Amino acid sequence: MTSVDVGLEKEVAHTSRGGGRRRRRRLGDYLTRWLFVAPAIVFVLVFFGYPIVQNVVMSLQDYTTATFYTGIAPWVGFENYAKVFGNPLFVTTLVNTLLFTVGSIVFQFGIGMGLALFFKRHFPLSGFLRSLLLLPWLLPLIASAAVWKWILDQGSGALNQFLGLFGVQPVPWLVSPSLALIAVIGVNIWLGIPFNTTILYSGLQAVPEELYEAAALDGAVGWKAFWHITWPSIRSVVSVVIVLGVVLTLKVVDIILGLTGGGPANSTQTLATWAYQNSFVQFLFGQGAAISNVLIVISLLFAVVYLYINRKGADE
Amino acid sequence: MKKSRILAAVAGAMMVSLSLAACSGSGSSSGSKQTLTVEDYYTANPSMSGYNNIYKQCGKQIGANVKTVHIAGASLISKVLQQASSKTLPDVLMLDNPDVQQIAATGALSPLKDFGVTAPKGDVPAVIKAGTYKGELYGLAPVINSIALYYNADMLKAAGVTPPTTWAELKAAALKLTDKSKGVYGFAMSNINTYEGTWQFLPFMWSNGGDEKNIDTTATEQALQFDVDLQNDGSMSKSSVSWSQQDVNNQFVAGKAAMMINGPWQLPVLNAKKGLNFDSVPIPTRTSSQKVVSPLGGETFNVPRTGDKTKMALAGKFVQCLNKPATQLKIAKVSGNVPSQEAAAATWAKSHPQVKSFVETVKTARARTAELGPKWPTAATAIYTAVQNALTGKASPADALKQAQTQNK
Repeated sequence: MTSVDVGLEKEVAHTSRGGGRRRRRRLGDYLTRWLFVAPAIVFVLVFFGYPIVQNVVMSLQDYTTATFYTGIAPWVGFENYAKVFGNPLFVTTLVNTLLFTVGSIVFQFGIGMGLALFFKRHFPLSGFLRSLLLLPWLLPLIASAAVWKWILDQGSGALNQFLGLFGVQPVPWLVSPSLALIAVIGVNIWLGIPFNTTILYSGLQAVPEELYEAAALDGAVGWKAFWHITWPSIRSVVSVVIVLGVVLTLKVVDIILGLTGGGPANSTQTLATWAYQNSFVQFLFGQGAAISNVLIVISLLFAVVYLYINRKGADE
Repeated sequence: MKKSRILAAVAGAMMVSLSLAACSGSGSSSGSKQTLTVEDYYTANPSMSGYNNIYKQCGKQIGANVKTVHIAGASLISKVLQQASSKTLPDVLMLDNPDVQQIAATGALSPLKDFGVTAPKGDVPAVIKAGTYKGELYGLAPVINSIALYYNADMLKAAGVTPPTTWAELKAAALKLTDKSKGVYGFAMSNINTYEGTWQFLPFMWSNGGDEKNIDTTATEQALQFDVDLQNDGSMSKSSVSWSQQDVNNQFVAGKAAMMINGPWQLPVLNAKKGLNFDSVPIPTRTSSQKVVSPLGGETFNVPRTGDKTKMALAGKFVQCLNKPATQLKIAKVSGNVPSQEAAAATWAKSHPQVKSFVETVKTARARTAELGPKWPTAATAIYTAVQNALTGKASPADALKQAQTQNK
């Protein structure tokens, strides 16, 4: 108590003296506050703001290979966007992106949650098994894509040879346009499970054990305990996992390029791979930028949803 | 994009320091000898060391030191674009021939006539077309290649089939050579959704009179229908839509394909396989009166505008040296490709009968960029998209080509 009183007295003493010094001090406070924020602002502007602005500008220019040498990129307004939206591939890639994202997230999250709950019951070797689960994460993507390509090969792939033991005819996993997207989603699910399991598991660790004990006394066990204790307790973790998962899945390029290159017949082409294709294969940098801006807008929508959910959580 | 430019700047700075180091090194050892930096994409032996030797020999002839930078094939163009924007282009640049016009259009290359360099007399016409942009020659390929029809001689003999020369013969032969019980297909080619797929389809399209400006024509439709028929007959695997040329070669080497479309660069692998008895013929045409028109492959050497006049002149001499018929033969030995000059190529074919069909094919080969120049990538994309749509049954060949043509502008 005393210390606070002393502080107050000092404050009073300050105010009684002239206003000039007070103003200077306030200015100093003001500056200090900004200095604390400055590193974050500079970081965001340099590493996020600048590239995004550049990307938007590029999407409004006729940016070609010549631009790299001459630095000249004629302004074309919304022509790149018109070309992108007018291309029948736009709808295809949009639908593929949607299916890829929803399919990946639903199963990644479902399986990830199941595994996290499973590992919560400590059993012999559970720690070891849990670290094995991280394996897909540790492998370089290009390497795992190459291995999966071999596993899913129609003629000599491991999966078809295994299915052949049960009399199943060779399945054209990566060759049939109706199956390729499913196969690619499958590989992406495998890739996303460690992320979901790890974060959900750490969320589960934070739920106090006493809650379950108390609930058990009241007869809430199993599903009831999950629904009334676990789920509400980890809801904020869940929202983080899902929103990050969506944003990470939207921009997946490497695994698709490694497995199918967007084919066959564009059946696994997503907005991200199409943007890559336009910019770095066809050298249509303007159109590539326009497509990635569409992708950025979609990601931003999810970021806003995430912020909204978080705020709601904080308000409660 | 910005990130890559920063990377380019860093890479550029490194290049500068490297070349400075190289200069100071050479300065102390050999007086005022200039050092030329040569950039290519030969990252694997034997071609890498083979080319290094030939660069050294040409360097000696023109009185310059040579420093070579090898960039992995897939990233060469992005590297060149970075170097163009950071003004750190090499003195001599190797480019795959369909990229020459694209890069020449940026203004980063210098016309070869500025240094008095001309194509050697007797070079195959397609070589000059591939290296020419808006009437000026920017690049010359010392050796070239194309694709032909390889066949497994033992399998053909066993089935009583002679190497086909027309589509009808090819179709019948492929059907006869297919043995489902052993998992052997009569025919294999790459129909992948990359420029490689386009490159393999072009001989069928071009020989039949198809043209990349408008792919929605009967001639191209017939070619695509032929491709689809081979698959629907069961003579060609449905996996061809995901096979690169390397995959096709693996199938052939493994004895799972009796015939395949591929290039002379596969010869070392094919020769290394024990017990594989093979040969090749030019790709069959629809009618016997048609002439085969295959795409021209091969890498050109170019002189970028680096701003250093003396070095650029020296680089011009270097490119001229590489393209001399005598050097062409040396490079052919290293790479397995065909010398660009017809006389040199004929000499080469005499001592190397395995490349006979390629020597024959390149005479009438066509440069992919001869007609559309820097707009070729758009047409190439439209072509492989149509092939993929037709082969996967998403559209009939006619519809697939009609759809693809709407994007070919």
